[in-house]
Amino acid sequence: MSVDGKNVLDIRDLRMRYGTKDVLTGVNFVARPGEVIALLGPNGAGKTTTIEILEGFRMRSAGEVSVLGVDPAHGDENWRARLGVVLQSWRDHGKWKVRELLGHLGLYYAPYSTDRITRPWDVDELVAAVGLTEHADKRISRLSGGQRRRLDVAIGIVGRPELLFLDEPTAGFDPEARREFHDLVHALSDADTTILLTTHDLDEAEKLADRILILAGGTIIADGSADELALRMSTEAEVRWTIDGQRFVHSTTDATTFVRQLFRDHDEQIADLEVRRASLEDTYMAMVRQFESGEQEEAVREFEVVAR
Amino acid sequence: MNSTTMAAVRAGLVRGRTELRQTLTTGQDLWNYFLPTVIFLVVMFFMRGATVPGTNFSLGSRTLPSVLGMSVAFGLVTLAMGLAVEREDGTLLRAKAIPNGMLGYLIGKIVLVSGMVAISMVLILVPSLFMLDGISINWFTLLWVMVLGLVAVLPIGAVVGSMFSNPRNAGVVMLPMMGLVAVSGIFYPISSMPEWAQGIAQLFPIYWLGLGMRSAMLPDSLSAAEIGESWRHLETIGVLGAWAAVGLLVAPMVMRRMARRESGSNMEQRRERALQRVT
Repeated sequence: MSVDGKNVLDIRDLRMRYGTKDVLTGVNFVARPGEVIALLGPNGAGKTTTIEILEGFRMRSAGEVSVLGVDPAHGDENWRARLGVVLQSWRDHGKWKVRELLGHLGLYYAPYSTDRITRPWDVDELVAAVGLTEHADKRISRLSGGQRRRLDVAIGIVGRPELLFLDEPTAGFDPEARREFHDLVHALSDADTTILLTTHDLDEAEKLADRILILAGGTIIADGSADELALRMSTEAEVRWTIDGQRFVHSTTDATTFVRQLFRDHDEQIADLEVRRASLEDTYMAMVRQFESGEQEEAVREFEVVAR
Repeated sequence: MNSTTMAAVRAGLVRGRTELRQTLTTGQDLWNYFLPTVIFLVVMFFMRGATVPGTNFSLGSRTLPSVLGMSVAFGLVTLAMGLAVEREDGTLLRAKAIPNGMLGYLIGKIVLVSGMVAISMVLILVPSLFMLDGISINWFTLLWVMVLGLVAVLPIGAVVGSMFSNPRNAGVVMLPMMGLVAVSGIFYPISSMPEWAQGIAQLFPIYWLGLGMRSAMLPDSLSAAEIGESWRHLETIGVLGAWAAVGLLVAPMVMRRMARRESGSNMEQRRERALQRVT
């Protein structure tokens, strides 16, 4: 829990306008201590803008934003020390060795240790936690893409942040690295680190996040756990079965009723029954599509009003 | 200074030392140390027989301190290029994401560039002392000229580096530097230049750094070959001090403005631009 037990993130009516283009048109959400939140949305929906405003790297146009109880537009170094930002690295610090750089960056955090949190993270433990022990004495320019991403994560958490921002953390990871990364996120979240991540991998969002936010058209169109979102959309489930070796597939919003009827009709002839609930991906696609068609209808209505 | 700032200052010093050590084990950096050194040594070797006009003192020996002064001035280019490159590659953004990271970064950069300048100077100086005659070093003068010179040129380098978002464009700063070297009496006494060129040269640090280093390493009689027939220490302190004052005033403002605009998405855009150029 955070010291005062308040929300780690509290965003109300956040708006961002570039010139005449509204990128965020009223974003609202909160995050509680230790929660893992996935921010999803189509490209250009404003995910990165939102995260950069919360990180204090970008000024907002309007709205109330509180990050660890502080307005990021006026966050001081004390506030900065409690945040972790995982940046997509490219070729910076190429001459540094992994252990050397992590040890160096940790120096900045040492005076921010508290009774509860010892900063920075011990270098050897940190290197082990991100799975870079074998490469700890390698020059960073010699690391592979996946190893560099692990280093990015290590740099983001070297100060033992209370709140961690992860912008597409596993882009370019192989499945094994991805699995290890997921374990790391779970461990961090168990240690009460609040995590806000963006990803395009919906399977990952489903595995990692306690709560999923979908950002589209500059606003949050959905906020809930993967199950809640699936229920809300009452997306179709897929039922597969065979009768006398012949395969059948049927999509339905009410799988239970359908299967009951199926057994009434065919009973023991049925084999290989499979009911597949809608995945987060199906829910997500349905929501974004519904939102976009709603937007179009709105535009058409506005057009009609003007035309009249 | 509170403990958090102290930690950042200490981290900055560690950073500068670490990066300086890295330049000694990286091929490209070693090449950058040795190539100019070899060129200057060859130039001075062939100039050693000629004499400074009006004297029988070796022109090569006169060139040595001038070149050392010029090396200090080129710290400006090293810093500007470093800053532009590290803005593009995200080093600066990382510093921004860390408590007091920008302070540490800047201190590290100053230590690194000062150290690189010092290493370059030693590399040129040591073999020259075996090759050239008539040099007697006043270490105190050499040191204050070097330190004041660095304080004068490094903030300007920081301003220049902050103005270019593309490091490949930052190279244009070399052109005015080369022009100034040509008129600043580095390789030949400035008195042979037309007066307007002498006027321009005396506005910028390169001339004064060359003059200051000559005053530290040449016999006093050689001051007769300078403008005003004097080493003009007061004027040297005045001009370098003025550059330092302007630089220290402007550089923090320009750098803050530049740093404020840094964000992951800006960096991503630059990366995409850079990658497009490669393919």
